Amino acid sequence: MTKTALSEEILLTIEKPARYTGNEVNSVYKDKNMVDVRFAMCFPDVYEIGMSHLGIQILYSMFNTFDDVWCERVYSPWVDLHRIMKERNIPLFALESQDPVYMFDFLGITLQYEMCYTNVLQILDLSHIPLMAADRTEEHPIVIGGGPCAYNPEPLADFFDIFYIGEGETAYRKLIDLYRNYKKSAMTRKEFLRNASHISGMYVPCLYEASYDDDGILSSFEPLYPDVPKTIRKEIEMNMSDTYYPVKPVVPFIKVTQDRVTLEIQRGCIRGCRFCQAGMIYRPVRERNVELLKSYAVEMLKNTGHEEISLSSLSSSDYSGLEELVNFLVEHADKKKLNISLPSLRIDAFSLDVMSKIQDIRKSSLTFAPEAGSQRLRNVINKGLTVDDIMEGATQAFLGGWTRVKLYFMLGLPTETEDDMRGIAGLSNEIAKLYYELIPKSERKGRVQIVSSTSFFVPKPFTPFQWASMNTKQQFLDKAHFVNECMREQLNSKSIKYNYHEADVSVLEGVFARGDRRLSKVLVEAYKRGCLFDAWTETFREEPWLDAFDACGIDPAFYTSRERSTDELLPWDMIDVGVSREFLKKEWDNALNEKVTQNCRISCSGCGARVFGGGVCYEG
Amino acid sequence: MKVRIKFAKEGTMKFIGHLDVMRYFQKLLRRSDIPIAYTTGMSPHQVMSFAMPLGIGVESDAEYVDIEITEPISSETAIGRMNDNNVEGIRILSFKELPEDADNAMASIRAADYEVRFRQGYAPDFPFMKRLEALYEKDTIPVLKKTKKSETVVDIKPGIYSFGGNDECIKMCLSCGSMLNIKPELVAAAVFASEDRELNEFALLIRRKEIYTMINNVLTGLDEIGGSIQ
Repeated sequence: MTKTALSEEILLTIEKPARYTGNEVNSVYKDKNMVDVRFAMCFPDVYEIGMSHLGIQILYSMFNTFDDVWCERVYSPWVDLHRIMKERNIPLFALESQDPVYMFDFLGITLQYEMCYTNVLQILDLSHIPLMAADRTEEHPIVIGGGPCAYNPEPLADFFDIFYIGEGETAYRKLIDLYRNYKKSAMTRKEFLRNASHISGMYVPCLYEASYDDDGILSSFEPLYPDVPKTIRKEIEMNMSDTYYPVKPVVPFIKVTQDRVTLEIQRGCIRGCRFCQAGMIYRPVRERNVELLKSYAVEMLKNTGHEEISLSSLSSSDYSGLEELVNFLVEHADKKKLNISLPSLRIDAFSLDVMSKIQDIRKSSLTFAPEAGSQRLRNVINKGLTVDDIMEGATQAFLGGWTRVKLYFMLGLPTETEDDMRGIAGLSNEIAKLYYELIPKSERKGRVQIVSSTSFFVPKPFTPFQWASMNTKQQFLDKAHFVNECMREQLNSKSIKYNYHEADVSVLEGVFARGDRRLSKVLVEAYKRGCLFDAWTETFREEPWLDAFDACGIDPAFYTSRERSTDELLPWDMIDVGVSREFLKKEWDNALNEKVTQNCRISCSGCGARVFGGGVCYEG
Repeated sequence: MKVRIKFAKEGTMKFIGHLDVMRYFQKLLRRSDIPIAYTTGMSPHQVMSFAMPLGIGVESDAEYVDIEITEPISSETAIGRMNDNNVEGIRILSFKELPEDADNAMASIRAADYEVRFRQGYAPDFPFMKRLEALYEKDTIPVLKKTKKSETVVDIKPGIYSFGGNDECIKMCLSCGSMLNIKPELVAAAVFASEDRELNEFALLIRRKEIYTMINNVLTGLDEIGGSIQ
């Protein structure tokens, strides 16, 4: 019978014990004596979030196709179990074997958002692995980080042995082979890490030294040894149709955030929105073959028994085989009672037609992401969507029977004025007004519902806004209150609901997004003060964070509100994402001049991603 | 065609709650290509009903779910396919066609058999069976039953249909369903109370052995109704 690391008394005490018992459909069990390398793959958040992540499923299935590797999963114990594990000194374990993580060869942690950083420390702490990479010995697992936050890994530099920069499909095999040599030979851990730094995409933070000038600005960042590369180019899978894909994804017992089959149709985005990190770091756009996706869909639905399938990409409407794929799924859905979800789809005749076939119009809502309230500011951020596009989409939608519209905006974008903010309320009102003009009173079933949400803009590395000043918490709140007032002044204000995000979390996100390695000590202090699950409103507390910054003598504003000069050495400059600094600078200028840049399919802007030799750069 | 499926739930699967077991079965039936019927309407769902939820931490050799299928499939094929697609801890034991007029499993249940053991370190320091026998000699066995809203005193004696076994493994047949629902914990707690002891919440290891309906005043196992599909 399957064993459990936790006693039955504990399992019967905690919330949702199935988070910790493994044994799910399609989870992989191997004989640990028959493998050379044991890899613990961790998503540092609660099970329901981590299990919804496609990247982990891709890497889990990839590693487990290697005969010499057994990859298992690890998630953050929720606060109830965290307390018990700390009190009783129970080591964190992997779900499949239920063995302690400290017994593994690798602990891989995916870094999907900055607010999971204290959870990373929790994982190390509960695993009984020294927090500081420098304190680890040959006995400890190699701790490796990846995912989008690894594009600026510096705030976590002290805790990781290696950061894998880029897409996981390409370089892990080489790293595993090196590791096997290390274990078989007299190589030390230090030598292993030094050799690992020679593998493309591997950044070993302890092999670099940072110095700062009197103002605290990074003045130099250099490898300690001549054989250690000065820059690390991101890894990228250029053949999206001949690579690893989780056709037998793990099916959780408990309800998770994304309880469905996910088809990743393409990677990258042609749009070039200037605030969007994903749109830059995943360049160039690479599509998967549509026939391949059809066969994945059928196979994955059969292997999981899921009743829902979702397409995943940054901008699904730009996928060239979308119509063919969606029509295939709709036909399949009719036979198999399948739900289809189509996020990040442009609202037009095609998408409305498809949605009317697969969704209950009365219950579903339409989503637009204008991101800014005026055309001027949309030009600054290079968001191609115009008011005409939105009005045209909304007209068709209202005539088609929809009565709910969601709108997403950002506050605090560079160059933002009061007029831009007023525009958020104005646009919300215009859409409500359109409904009442289009739909005669006799045909209405109550009011139209417009839900407008604003998030606070956080500048991210490797975007044209990486040099921009970020708003303070007070500025953010003032802006949100201003928008709220504007909403109330609208004629149709009763049809509009306005939501805004928490400002304190956005400011912290801003600190760590563009932070440097001096922040590692702040994270330790915050974790010691009990910060955990900071991405959750129910567990986030601001005061211990402020105390932690104080204790370390670090001013968060240095990382957020300070506008950087374009000549400044940035903490992430050792990483090469293909998109050049010159291009980002040019785009920053274009932004300030309110000048729009065409998308990759209309014309190439010479961003630098051609160097990868494929994708949209070489279409046609 | 109405079908009754009997299955066992054990091992780590005992930590999977009832709603999640329902979701598990929905997916299991799809993975196994069982021709399950769906309701009509905008959001069709499988025609499926479970006999009786099993508490978290309890194992069972006799869980039941009734489904409707749109075309015949042999019992052997269905059991084989479902077990090929099962995780460790769930086993399909039977797959039988129900007569069209059969009551659904949920409505018809009257009693259930349980085996109760003490978890290591929690065995009582008194002879449990002897005390249970003594307790049963009384005219009534009043027990305080707590629900979220209220506390009521219930006489559980009429709900104890039979008991036996020994201190290592206590067997009980208890009333369940809409009339009087008695759980083995309640009986054990009453025995402990008769000794002025409190039953620890982790003390018992419980396994459900059968669920019964009443036919012509005879308790009849839910899988004795209906027959195999060829």
